[in-house]
Amino acid sequence: MARSITYREAVNEALAQEMERDESVIVMGEDNAGGAGSPGESDAWGGVLGVTKGLYDKFPGRVLDTPISESAFIGAAIGAATAGLRPVAELMFVDFMGVCFDQIYNQAAKFRYMFGGKAVTPVVIRTMYGAGLRAAAQHSQCLYPLFTHIPGLKVVLPATPYDAKGLLIQAIRDNDPVIFFEHKALYDLPGPVPEESYALPFGEANVIREGGDITIVTVGRMVHTSLEAAGQLAADGVQCEVIDLRTTSPLDEDTVLESVEGTGRLVVVDESHPRCSIATDISALVARKAFGALQAPIEMVTAPHTPVPFSTALEDLYIPDAQRVVNAVKTVTGWTR
Amino acid sequence: MTDDRIVPVTMPKWGLSMQLGKITAWVAAEGDDVKVGDDLADIETEKITGTLEASDAGTVRRIVARVGEDVPVSGTIALIAPADVTDDDLDAAVALARAVIDAGVPDDAVGGPELQTADVGGRKISYAGAGEDGDVILLVHGYGGDRNSWLFLQEPLAARYRVYALDLPGHGTSAKDVGAGPAGPEGPAGTLSVLAGAVTGVLDALGAERAHLVGHSMGGAVALAVAARDPGRIASLTLIAPSGFGSEINAGYLRGFADAQTRRELKPVVGQLFADDLLVTRQLVEDLLAYKRLDGVDEALHALVDTLLDGDVQRADSAALMAAIGDTVPVTVVWGRADRIIPAAQAESVAGAIRHLVDGAGHMPHMERPAEVQAAIEETIARST
Repeated sequence: MARSITYREAVNEALAQEMERDESVIVMGEDNAGGAGSPGESDAWGGVLGVTKGLYDKFPGRVLDTPISESAFIGAAIGAATAGLRPVAELMFVDFMGVCFDQIYNQAAKFRYMFGGKAVTPVVIRTMYGAGLRAAAQHSQCLYPLFTHIPGLKVVLPATPYDAKGLLIQAIRDNDPVIFFEHKALYDLPGPVPEESYALPFGEANVIREGGDITIVTVGRMVHTSLEAAGQLAADGVQCEVIDLRTTSPLDEDTVLESVEGTGRLVVVDESHPRCSIATDISALVARKAFGALQAPIEMVTAPHTPVPFSTALEDLYIPDAQRVVNAVKTVTGWTR
Repeated sequence: MTDDRIVPVTMPKWGLSMQLGKITAWVAAEGDDVKVGDDLADIETEKITGTLEASDAGTVRRIVARVGEDVPVSGTIALIAPADVTDDDLDAAVALARAVIDAGVPDDAVGGPELQTADVGGRKISYAGAGEDGDVILLVHGYGGDRNSWLFLQEPLAARYRVYALDLPGHGTSAKDVGAGPAGPEGPAGTLSVLAGAVTGVLDALGAERAHLVGHSMGGAVALAVAARDPGRIASLTLIAPSGFGSEINAGYLRGFADAQTRRELKPVVGQLFADDLLVTRQLVEDLLAYKRLDGVDEALHALVDTLLDGDVQRADSAALMAAIGDTVPVTVVWGRADRIIPAAQAESVAGAIRHLVDGAGHMPHMERPAEVQAAIEETIARST
C-alpha cells in the first residue's frame, strides 16, 4: 500500500525529485524561499502557502526569490527555457496573469510554431486558482479556460496528490510551455502517492468512478464535489460515471465520447464562469460528436457569471456544491420529451 | 448459543492489504445445496473481482450480506447448515453476523504486514510475508506482475506456512534496474541471473536455509535458475505456466504490455491473461498503469521482452535448468487449459514433473482458480523431504 501524503507535499516532492534528477530544473517566483530577515530558517515561508518549503537549502542557487514583477520573472523564465534551462516559475495567483500575459500567450506559446519547430520552451508556470479561501474577487478566479483557448500551451489541473506529482513531473519533462493549476483548497488533501518518480501522460482522462446511467465530466477541485454527488446519487439508484479530465489541453475527447455513448446523458461540472468555459467546450464536443447517443439535454454546473464575492455567505453560494450536481443529474435523468 | 452445525461462509482475504469486500452478485441462493468448489458469490475488492467458492458442503440456509454492501474480511456472509437446524438458531447466528458487518472495519485496522526490503547487490528488493510457523514458501511472480499477484493464495497458505512474496527487480516497489539486458556481457542469461539473484537474496535476508519456491511464468524460469544454482536449498518447486519449455509464446502480449501507455491500450492486452476478460477491472488496469509510469519500468520491461523473446519465440531454456537440478527436488507444473500466453501443451515438456491442468483458467490460474493451485502447492510440499 502506497504511503499517503498531501497534495502540497506531492507538488513539493515532484519539484525535489526533478531538481535532483536534472540540474537544468530551477524554481523561481515570489517568496519561493521567502521570509528574508526572519529569524531561523533561510526559507522561512517556502512560498505563500509553503509549497516550495525546503528546496532553497537543498538546491543552492536553484531556487530564485524574485521581485514582485510578474512581467519580469515570467518573461525571464520563458527566456531561460529557450536557452536550455527547465524553469518552474510560480505565478502566485492566476489572477495576476494580466501583467505577464504577453510573455505567455504571444511569446512562449508561439515559439515552437514560429521557429518552424526548431525552438523548444520547456517552462512550467505553476499557479493557484479557485474560490473558497475568502480571498475575494482578485485572488479566487478559475481562469484555466483562457489558457485552454490558446494553441501552444498545455493546461493541467490535478485533482489528487497522485495526479499532482505525476503531472508535475510530466510538465517539467515536457518540451512545451505548461500552465499547472493548483487549487488552494486541495493543498491539505491526503492520498496515496508512490515514493518513486513517475510521469503521468497528458491528455489521458481518469475515469474515477464507473457507472452506466449518466456521465459527469469535471476537472480540478470539482472532481471531489462530483464524487460526493455521485455517492449520494448511488444511494438513490443512479449510477454516475465520473470523468476527471486532468488536462484541458490536450483534451482526452475519446474517453468523454465513449462514456457518453454508453450512458446517453451528460452533466459537466466546472468551477469557472459559465461562458466560454470547459463546461461549454465539453458540451459542444458531445453535442457535435455524440449527438446520436444523447437521450436528454446536457446540463452544466458552473459558478455564476459574476466576480467571486468577498462576503463569506455569498462565496459559499457561488462555488458549485454537491447538491447542485445532484440536482443537475436529476434534471437530466428525469427529462422527458 | 447457536447450533455448532451452522457453518459460516466468510468474506475471504484476497491480498495482504484487503480489509473489505463487496458482494456484487450471489450465485447461490437460500435453499441451494452446495458442494466444495461450487461458486457461491462474486466479490469485488479495491483491487479485483473474483468468485468465492464453497469450502464446505451443505445447504445454504441464510444469506447474510446484501449485494453491494461492504463486509469486513472474515465477516460472515452466509450460513450453511443441515435442514434440521431450527430457524431460531439461524436467526440468532444471522444477528451476530449482521452486527459484525454493521460495525465495519475499525479505524485503527492495519492494512497487512509491513513491507520489508533487502539490499541485494546494490538493488533494493521488496518483499512481504504472512504466517507464523512452518516451512518457508517464496512466491515469484511473472513478467509485469508483483507480489500482489498472489493475493488469493498468500493468506490461505499462511495458515500452515511462512509465506513470502517478493517484487522481482524491475517490478513493484523493488529497484527497476534489471541489468544490462541481452546486450550486456552475459547476454540474455545475465538478466535472468539478476532476477534469480534477487530471489536468493531474499532467502538470505529471511535466513531461510531451505525453502519451497512457487514461480509463475517468467518467475517459473527464475525459480528454476535459483534451484539449478543450489538444488540443496530448494525443498520443492511449483511452476505455474512457466517460461522456457517450448518455443511458442504470445509475443504480441509481451510487447503489447511493454508498449501500452493508456488504459485503452492496456486493457485488451491484460485481458489475454485470463480465460475470462471480465476479471480485468478498471482498478487492476489503473494499478498496472501506475506501475508502468514509474521511472525505469519502461526500460526494464523492454529489457525483459528482449530476454524472454528471440524474434517471436521463447529464448529461455528451462528444460536445461531442469536437467541441472536432477530428480532430488519434487517439481509440479500447473497450467490453465485456456492459457493464451504460453500454450498449456508445453506442460508435457516438463520432464519428471507432476502435472495439473486447470479447467476454466488462462495464464493466471493462481488468480482464476486459486483453490486448485493451493492444493497443488501443498501436495508438492508434502512430497519434499
